[in-house]
Amino acid sequence: MIQKKFLIPLVLFLVLVVFLGVGLRRDPKEIPSPLINTAAPDFDLPTLKGEGNFSPKAYWGRVWLFNVWATWCVSCREEHPVLVAFAKREGVPIVGLSYKEIQPSDEDKGPMSLESKLSLARARSFEWLKKHGDPYQLSVLDLDGRVGINYGVYGVPETYLIDAKGFIRYKHIGPVTPEVLAQEVMPLVLELQKEASAKSSSNATPSQSSSQHYALQ
Amino acid sequence: MTLAILSESKCWGLCGLNVARAFLALTLACVLMQATPFGVHAEEAKPLAEDPVVEARLVDIAQELRCLVCQNESLASSRADLADDLRREVRSLIKAGKSDDEIRTFLVSRYGDFVLYRPKIKPLTYGLWFGPFLVLVLALVFLYQHLKARAATEQNTSALTPEERERLRAILKEQ
Amino acid sequence: MLVELGHFALILSLLVALTQGVLPLAGVLNSNALWQSSARPLALLQWSLVAFAFAVLEVAFLQSDFSVLYVSEHSNSLLPWPYKMAALWGGHEGSLLLWVFLLGVWSSAVALFSKTLAQDMVARVLSVMGMISSGFLLFILTTSNPFARLLPAASEGQDLNPLLQDPGLVIHPPMLYMGYVGMSVAFAFAIAALMAGRLDTVWARWSRPWTLVAWTFLTFGIGLGSWWAYYELGWGGWWFWDPVENASLMPWLVATALIHSLMVTEKRGSFKAWTVLLAIAAFSLSLLGTFLVRSGVLTSVHAFASDPARGIFILVFLALVVGSSLTLFAWRAPTVSLGSPMALLSKETFLLANSVLLSTATLAVLLGTLYPLIIDALNMGKLSVGPPYFNVVFAPLMVPVLFMMVPGALARWREAKWSQIKPFLILPFFAATIFSLGLSLWMGHQDAGILLGFWLGAWVAFASFQQVAWRAKQGLRMGGSFLGMQIAHLGLAVVVLGVTGVKNFEIERDVRMGVGDQVTLAQYHFKLVDVKEVRGPNYKALRAQVNVTKGESETVIKNLTPEKRFYLSSTMPMTEASIDSGFMQDLYVSLGDVLSGPTPQWSMRVYYKPFVPWLWAGVLLMVLGGLLASFDKRYRAPVLAGDDQAHDQEPEVHETHHASQSHDLASTHNA
Repeated sequence: MIQKKFLIPLVLFLVLVVFLGVGLRRDPKEIPSPLINTAAPDFDLPTLKGEGNFSPKAYWGRVWLFNVWATWCVSCREEHPVLVAFAKREGVPIVGLSYKEIQPSDEDKGPMSLESKLSLARARSFEWLKKHGDPYQLSVLDLDGRVGINYGVYGVPETYLIDAKGFIRYKHIGPVTPEVLAQEVMPLVLELQKEASAKSSSNATPSQSSSQHYALQ
Repeated sequence: MTLAILSESKCWGLCGLNVARAFLALTLACVLMQATPFGVHAEEAKPLAEDPVVEARLVDIAQELRCLVCQNESLASSRADLADDLRREVRSLIKAGKSDDEIRTFLVSRYGDFVLYRPKIKPLTYGLWFGPFLVLVLALVFLYQHLKARAATEQNTSALTPEERERLRAILKEQ
Repeated sequence: MLVELGHFALILSLLVALTQGVLPLAGVLNSNALWQSSARPLALLQWSLVAFAFAVLEVAFLQSDFSVLYVSEHSNSLLPWPYKMAALWGGHEGSLLLWVFLLGVWSSAVALFSKTLAQDMVARVLSVMGMISSGFLLFILTTSNPFARLLPAASEGQDLNPLLQDPGLVIHPPMLYMGYVGMSVAFAFAIAALMAGRLDTVWARWSRPWTLVAWTFLTFGIGLGSWWAYYELGWGGWWFWDPVENASLMPWLVATALIHSLMVTEKRGSFKAWTVLLAIAAFSLSLLGTFLVRSGVLTSVHAFASDPARGIFILVFLALVVGSSLTLFAWRAPTVSLGSPMALLSKETFLLANSVLLSTATLAVLLGTLYPLIIDALNMGKLSVGPPYFNVVFAPLMVPVLFMMVPGALARWREAKWSQIKPFLILPFFAATIFSLGLSLWMGHQDAGILLGFWLGAWVAFASFQQVAWRAKQGLRMGGSFLGMQIAHLGLAVVVLGVTGVKNFEIERDVRMGVGDQVTLAQYHFKLVDVKEVRGPNYKALRAQVNVTKGESETVIKNLTPEKRFYLSSTMPMTEASIDSGFMQDLYVSLGDVLSGPTPQWSMRVYYKPFVPWLWAGVLLMVLGGLLASFDKRYRAPVLAGDDQAHDQEPEVHETHHASQSHDLASTHNA
């Protein structure tokens, strides 16, 4: 004789098992970005080549990738050839964010001035890009990591896809692979480019959600 | 995941320095130690932080925040580089006079709800915050009704003599 | 060669375990006494084979045989030999072997200490345990083989994680696993009883001592884990509501409820269905814990390197074991009898309330631990649930538990009278009030939480002392059960006092210190006297010497030596804190980084932690109480008809002995 109430523990348990099973396919460490479909945080950073500062506003009207990298990042070496090939093939501009190139260990012998940090960062980055290839239209230097924080960077490498209106539409955490680029990034790029050309006549400007982003000095 | 490897190497329950820095410090300390005389009269040690009041508030807020790199630690105790950076940001926000809520909003807008150890009370988390209490109330209600029903069955059998009651119990037990 | 023999022994063990799982049960269904009697020897044989495999792996560690992959991953030739031995359970594969080894220990114990239990019951119980062993052995052999070879052999091992090179590691996992695995005995008894359709006081009587011993080990294991984290991790925390910690707390809470529920079933034949469900739940939570730690579904500092394939196996195993038990429960539980009657105010209701509260607490912990996973699985985002949640939800549930422990112990079975309990509540009530006020005044400040925490701890403690003293005065016998209960309750009270004290009154200072500097916390002065380099067997360290003086006195009361160690095989520096434990507090110093500056300075973290030793003392008291209760005389005496005389729970001499109980005993003994 089976009374309904005695089945409750079994039913609840089976529901739990289903959740655990689904959970097995998830990565508990991965943090999705809350910035998707919001305006890309503005910044004004020096470039690698030293030709004056860069701000994402300069790329309004274009669909582009924003790639966070550093010479000390081991995984970046993995994804770099993929980015180089992608840049050559697809012609989607890639802007690099050199994230915290100067590490705490560089300042063991004593604190460095901003100029010496910039020059050391540039020297290292140039050497690294010469060795591994340069997929970037340009690279900006985020020495203290503040721009990274504004973008929700918590590890390196990370890659953002930004649309013609200056909105973040996609974020990839970890090294990009050819599969990710082919299956997730390119379709979205094409869609966004179509969007952009359809609206190219109207000069839409993105609105910054100012209440949530504090401009840091 | 390769992204994790770099961070994981720093996260064995303690996020520490790298060896080069540590050994350098070691030799430096040993060299300089020879030159320092003993027996200097006791000086009250200065706090590590520049501003203990701000620091205390930082610790209070950071204890309820999750480090995104060493995800098993709070922002207050993690030694990851990003944790240092985020603590620096929170410090400057405190000095700028922002409230605790504003500081939390700052971090949540960049990293999502994941960064909060105390989940926000919103419809998504009603089950979490109110579930146990609800279950307790339901259980107590159910319990009370069950015990009353039991007492009622006992009342109904009070018409029996003690021997008959024993027999009834024995019969029920054998079912 | 020996290694391959070890591997082979595991394979044989699996075959024997499968036989152990099937043959005796078949014997019960066929009424074949011979098959039923095979249960005991099969259990013993199965364990011997696992023990052999375990020994082989230990030898490989001690000989630093780096041709064995697992040894090369977790050991090093410079590792001191106790750690070489303990390294066996430092990783996933070896810890599973430990699990199966201990399961064999429990099965053999059941095989050896069940001479007076009916043979068909023994057959069922050992069958169930055999099936569980089979599952784990299959898991080990197919996904987690500790005997896999590394060819060519490594010249040197990767070393045991320095965090684990500590006496705590040597003992914490074995104790904890003894507890986890021990829950399988109560589980097996419950399943056996459900299968036989014989859920009675005999079943409860048999289950209780086994559950008590397992509970004792689990208490000890959890306490050790806390203590180890406290002194090893360097920042003085002792409980983090980490998923793996929660995974050990949940079976503990349910096991506590189970012990108390078994009491009712044993004495009064009541709550059978609920008790069986608790027994199933306790072991299910052990298995769930195994899943959470090894599958990678949750982030945790304790988690072993995760592998989704392993996760799937354990999940399937979990689903099968628990699913079938709950199906059996749904089928058989409705037919159990209600047992003897009880009034609204009675010992039974107190114990039932205890069950409800502890189960709700377990649910709260489970909910908090799994909520992030559930929300993520539903694609509704990623959130974290940490200490702020658990502290808010868990603590209030414990308040009524602590409060009711006193009248609950005093209440009579079947019907308690308020007039009988009340006289015994007056002393603890007032003593606790005075104690709580006095202590918080002395410590410096008070608020509702502090006063309540101190009051509840003192309430239970004073009541325990009072009940023992009353009993002694009456010249009444105090058996293991009674004393064990009082001491265990006292232990919990001491833990509560410790928690209240340390959380509300601890002081922490992060300072920069040069040689000669000092910092003051409470009335203790910590002075940095010296910093020098020292060498260990497999590490180099920077060691600071800190002298502690108290108040106005110049005498150095303690010498603390915190270290920062650099293990030769690792890039990570390890902080070894230095702790001085007194009766009322710990003084704790941690050495930090060297700071740049004109004179050498180091960042030091100094703690004044009052009441921390009470945490460990309380745990030890609970362990002592559990041991005393487990080895009460009546569990060691054979279970004969009409022998059920133990009524040593309440301060009352006479108790009507229910004929129904001896009726049960007589009927089952003759089966």
